[in-house]
Amino acid sequence: MTRETTAKAKMPLDGWVIAAALVIGTFYATLTAARTEDPVMSVHAYIFAGAFLLGIFGIIKAYFDTSESLATQSADAPIEYDLKVVKAGVIASVFWGIAGFVAGDTIAFQLAYPDLNFDTSFINFGRLRPLHTSAVIFAFGGNVLLATSFYVVQRTCKARLPGVFSSWFVFWGYQLFIVVAATGYLMGATQGKEYAEPEWYADIWLTIVWVVYLLVFLGTLWKRREPHIYVANWFYLAFIATVAMLHIVNNLTVPVSWTSSKSYILFAGVQDALTQWWYGHNAVGFFLTAGFLAIMYYFVPKRANRPVYSYRLSIVHFWSLIFMYIWAGPHHLHYTALPDWAQTLGMTFSIMLWMPSWGGMINGLMTLSGAWDKLRTDPVLRMLVVSIAFYGMSTFEGPVMSIKAVNSLSHYTDWTVGHVHSGALGWVAYVSFGALYCLVPWLWNRTQLYSLKLVSYHFWISTFGILLYITSMWVSGILQGLMWRAYDDLGFLEYSFVETVEAMNPFYWIRAIGGAFFVIGSLIMAYNLWRTARGDVRTESRSLAPEAVPSPVAAE
Amino acid sequence: MDYNDISTFSQTWGLVYLVVMFLGGVAYALWPKNKSKFDHAAQIPLEDD
Repeated sequence: MTRETTAKAKMPLDGWVIAAALVIGTFYATLTAARTEDPVMSVHAYIFAGAFLLGIFGIIKAYFDTSESLATQSADAPIEYDLKVVKAGVIASVFWGIAGFVAGDTIAFQLAYPDLNFDTSFINFGRLRPLHTSAVIFAFGGNVLLATSFYVVQRTCKARLPGVFSSWFVFWGYQLFIVVAATGYLMGATQGKEYAEPEWYADIWLTIVWVVYLLVFLGTLWKRREPHIYVANWFYLAFIATVAMLHIVNNLTVPVSWTSSKSYILFAGVQDALTQWWYGHNAVGFFLTAGFLAIMYYFVPKRANRPVYSYRLSIVHFWSLIFMYIWAGPHHLHYTALPDWAQTLGMTFSIMLWMPSWGGMINGLMTLSGAWDKLRTDPVLRMLVVSIAFYGMSTFEGPVMSIKAVNSLSHYTDWTVGHVHSGALGWVAYVSFGALYCLVPWLWNRTQLYSLKLVSYHFWISTFGILLYITSMWVSGILQGLMWRAYDDLGFLEYSFVETVEAMNPFYWIRAIGGAFFVIGSLIMAYNLWRTARGDVRTESRSLAPEAVPSPVAAE
Repeated sequence: MDYNDISTFSQTWGLVYLVVMFLGGVAYALWPKNKSKFDHAAQIPLEDD
């Protein structure tokens, strides 16, 4: 038994450490707010100070509210998993998901109809675009990963998260990072690095939060009662550890001063570009792939009620994926100042990635062998399976686009945007939705979802939206690429730039409408999950398969 | 040690390194002795309730 028992009326160690750090942080943030002449830094210093104060208050309140119950746990009792923080993560995921999807559809309409920029700097395309990408990747995806990783690591290790306040520090610290990043974008603060826009102080804060996240995760693995570490945890660990490394290296900046929101990166020129795309592509590889593959390896077997098709394949999948992804970044820099061999290296590794990607896809899909009939009756499983199909499709498309000859047509066009969204909407969002539909009944102790029919509506409406999105972007992107490279008989460019923009306008409308379908689907999900958490069940005529519902407390 | 030395080194020994790591991973996955361990591990998500 490695589980800790908290003695009566004693503040847990992590409570003391976090409270002390927050007190120091409050002083520092207040001091910065007083001294700075930078309006962005001023707003952010107040946000930090306010959030730190709330944190201190939260720790004191939680201590007085729960010290009684903390004291009475005996070591022989069944494991009481730490599920409250998972619940918070689920709620945050749904909230940020809708916010991020709405932001995305807003900028899609701005592209189709530029008057929607309203001639104001705060909500123009240039500022809302990083708001959208960060909201969907880091706020929505990040919260899904936080929630599912805390859930999966506890269940598969049969151990509670270590500490009492640490996991809450990770959760609220991460939300604070999101708020600071988002408000920074709206005020025009950016490092100008794609997917790494937040300025230096937000980066330092995220580093602190992330290290605690890593420690909480490792601490749970350390305490585990199950000798083998299940493969999903390997993927989560690779995601957490690699993102820490990528984030630190790509954000090695020197601030102008301690009270300025502006900073400059250490690297120059092509070295900076390579570092950025080493980061950028591995944000795809380790945040949006490894993390969500962990979700696949837990939730698909769980929902289908079958073990993963081949555990051996999952091991080869894991090691080959993490060893190859890290080299694929240079394919973002074809035909640039990057040495030619490095471009070829990026392309070669991207093509080799077909193997682990498709190995993983086959492993996920074949988990259903013998249970394919469940696709007819269980729309949640259908969502999970379609997410794996989209994973296969976009990891096929990606390597094709990394080939230099193809890239010369596709790069800088809407084809890239379409490719990213077939992965982001089809794979990342769908596997997340599937996990959320599984988690809410489990966490709130409900026997089933409020309505499987609404899941079905969500599925079909958003699938239709995704198809509108990616097909319009394929056409628009290839059209754009071909128009850019068209020459007339005399060797002059056939089209001016604005003509290519005009040609894409119909496709921008189709994309924006597809995005609206996706938003509507996510609103249906939010309603369904809210009713489920309340304990409502909708009377439905079609009899659907009852869902597997584990009890939140493992009885051994 | 100049740029060419470094790029030659990474283009040759990098290949050896990755192939060795890959073979190691495959050997670990296919090692007959590990089979029972992996068969058990595959059941972990399903057995916890």
